Amino acid sequence: MTAKPLKLRELAKGEERFVHGHRMCSGCGAPIIIKQVLMATDYPVVAANATGCLEVSTCIQQFTSWKIPWMHSAFENAAATASGIEAMYKSLVKQGRLEDRNVKFVAFGGDGGTYDIGFQSLSGAMERGQDMMYICYDNGAYMNTGIQRSSATPFGANTTTCPAGDAIPGKLQQRKDLTRIMAAHGIPYAAQASPSNWMDLMKKVQKAFEIKGPKFLNVISPCNRGWRSQTNDAIALSRLAVDTCYWPLYEIENGVTKITYRPKEKKPLVDFLKPQGSFRHMFSPQNEWMLKQAQEYVDKQWERLQKEAASFGAEEKDK
Amino acid sequence: MGKIVAVTGNEACAQALKQINPDVCAAYPITPATDLMQRFSSFVNDGKVDTELVLVESEHSAMSACIGAAAAGGRVATATSSQGLALMWEMLYIAAGTRLPIVMPLVNRALSAPLNIHGDHSDGMGARDTGWLQFYSENAQEAYDNLIQAFRIAEHLDVRLPVMVCMDGFIVSHSIERVEYIDDADVKKFVGKFVPVHPLLDLDKPKSYGPLILTDLYHEYKRAQHEVMTKAPRVVLEVAADFEKMTGRKYGLFETYRLEDAEMAIVVMSSAAGTTKDIIDRYRDKGVRIGLLKPRMFRPFPFAEMADALKHVKAIAVLDRADSFGGMGPLYSEVAGAVMQMDSKPAVTNKIFGLGGRDYLPDQAEYVIDELITIAKTGKVKTVKEYIGVRE
Repeated sequence: MTAKPLKLRELAKGEERFVHGHRMCSGCGAPIIIKQVLMATDYPVVAANATGCLEVSTCIQQFTSWKIPWMHSAFENAAATASGIEAMYKSLVKQGRLEDRNVKFVAFGGDGGTYDIGFQSLSGAMERGQDMMYICYDNGAYMNTGIQRSSATPFGANTTTCPAGDAIPGKLQQRKDLTRIMAAHGIPYAAQASPSNWMDLMKKVQKAFEIKGPKFLNVISPCNRGWRSQTNDAIALSRLAVDTCYWPLYEIENGVTKITYRPKEKKPLVDFLKPQGSFRHMFSPQNEWMLKQAQEYVDKQWERLQKEAASFGAEEKDK
Repeated sequence: MGKIVAVTGNEACAQALKQINPDVCAAYPITPATDLMQRFSSFVNDGKVDTELVLVESEHSAMSACIGAAAAGGRVATATSSQGLALMWEMLYIAAGTRLPIVMPLVNRALSAPLNIHGDHSDGMGARDTGWLQFYSENAQEAYDNLIQAFRIAEHLDVRLPVMVCMDGFIVSHSIERVEYIDDADVKKFVGKFVPVHPLLDLDKPKSYGPLILTDLYHEYKRAQHEVMTKAPRVVLEVAADFEKMTGRKYGLFETYRLEDAEMAIVVMSSAAGTTKDIIDRYRDKGVRIGLLKPRMFRPFPFAEMADALKHVKAIAVLDRADSFGGMGPLYSEVAGAVMQMDSKPAVTNKIFGLGGRDYLPDQAEYVIDELITIAKTGKVKTVKEYIGVRE
């Protein structure tokens, strides 16, 4: 099967495999991401889903938004659950009890279920070489339980467990760089994407589905409840995350790092932080150092990524 | 007629798994169950089975992978012990609540702290409320036989629940005993083909597994789970009857030994039952009417059947190889529940024995029987719950 052309007109005609009726908040980034992922491919997809917003809102009692085989079992184990499903598929196909239809196995998890509690299970599945793609929708906190800090929470953010208090002004640690940690597993494909750059995201999904073995895709997912932003801002904010290089779009394919989108003009980080109420305290005079530190970290990471990508020259080869 | 061999409990269970040939096994090493799954891994790598082996990074992931695999639509097994089962705890409920027929040998071992690798029932008893069926085995033969029957029971369309087959860590898992193996073809025929129910891998009829169900229907869902459990004993007995036809070996919900005319009874599970039977024989020779009841199926617990089997005795000692700290031994609590259904209630005591692999010796059984004789005479119980075999 060849990858289908990513043309809006064609995509709009495609059968939707994640449908309306779910109870995700208005303006949430996650359902947009799921739609983009599933629209990118015509392969049969079977998904495991970690406990979280996406899970509790899309399959309630007899109702489901999923038109693909979908399974939720617990919070920390989407990768292990998907491993089991994939192993059974392999076993039944091998024994001639199931037709091989080139099924693609996916696990969805939020950042809590991926960076934190599900990290071990994810790492194990990647090391074992399971033929699956793990997709994290990263909204930067435990949004389902009410905006608690996770290891994906950005520096400075005000969350309910690291509130911007008089003594401690929000989260004082930088976020875990999970995409790079996953790439360090030596898996064939790890990438970062954003729903704002939908073509880039869908291309990555298409590419990953053509690769046998473990794949990891980290997608920024605006959450207006947690970010304290407007409900119509999800795409604008994810674009700002990309254009400020807070969330660079890149991929690491067989160890080769390639930046897949370079903003024409790298915007200052405050453009991304300002519309989010969760960073409001950083704009008070006594917290100026926080803005500075946050910007320095983004610059340093972007610099490092550019150097790394340049050392492979993958973008040059494309030209 | 099968082959007679001298093997350990673990070896016998690995052989049963080989003969059953599950579609997927997920495994993580833990003493004393490690040996079972490593033997099975050799069968996989030598191409003796079709099983896809998922060598996960924890027991939590082992059970998660088993859940995914079972929902996908095939026969699934794993094995564990102690801390491993404790780490699986969350997933045990999900396996049962999702009605997935996973089979798991549990090589019973003590729980930390302090760290101890030897046999007791703390692990299995900690999982008694998870919705799994539990069978306890006295020796390697029973572990082997129970494991083969477990697949039939778990996969029966009236049950469709996960099953744990327990044997005592080291005492049974690592001791070499005489075991009669069943022929491969007979095992295959007995277990039968796996019948998938709502398999996730049916791509043409996509299903969603694992919904959110809140106050409006959760309660009803759990009652349904309870009702399914009540159907299990009939299936267990049917499977046992078929098994007896094949092997001549008889299994029930529990075993009784010289209980029919007994005045007093000891209730004890697993390997300690063997020692107890020997001591009962000695007392019987002296004219003491003592008998034994050895539960095989602990979940669901056969309250009514047990009440009937014990209705004529005056005094019962329940021996627990686990404790519920601040409560009664878990087996005692169940037997007491059965006794409550009797018209004339016998006196019941609870002895905690053999924790962390402490040997259960004949003198402990003698102590228990001597006390039962006094209780049967006087009708009085001095101490309801007592630790025996303690070094003072």
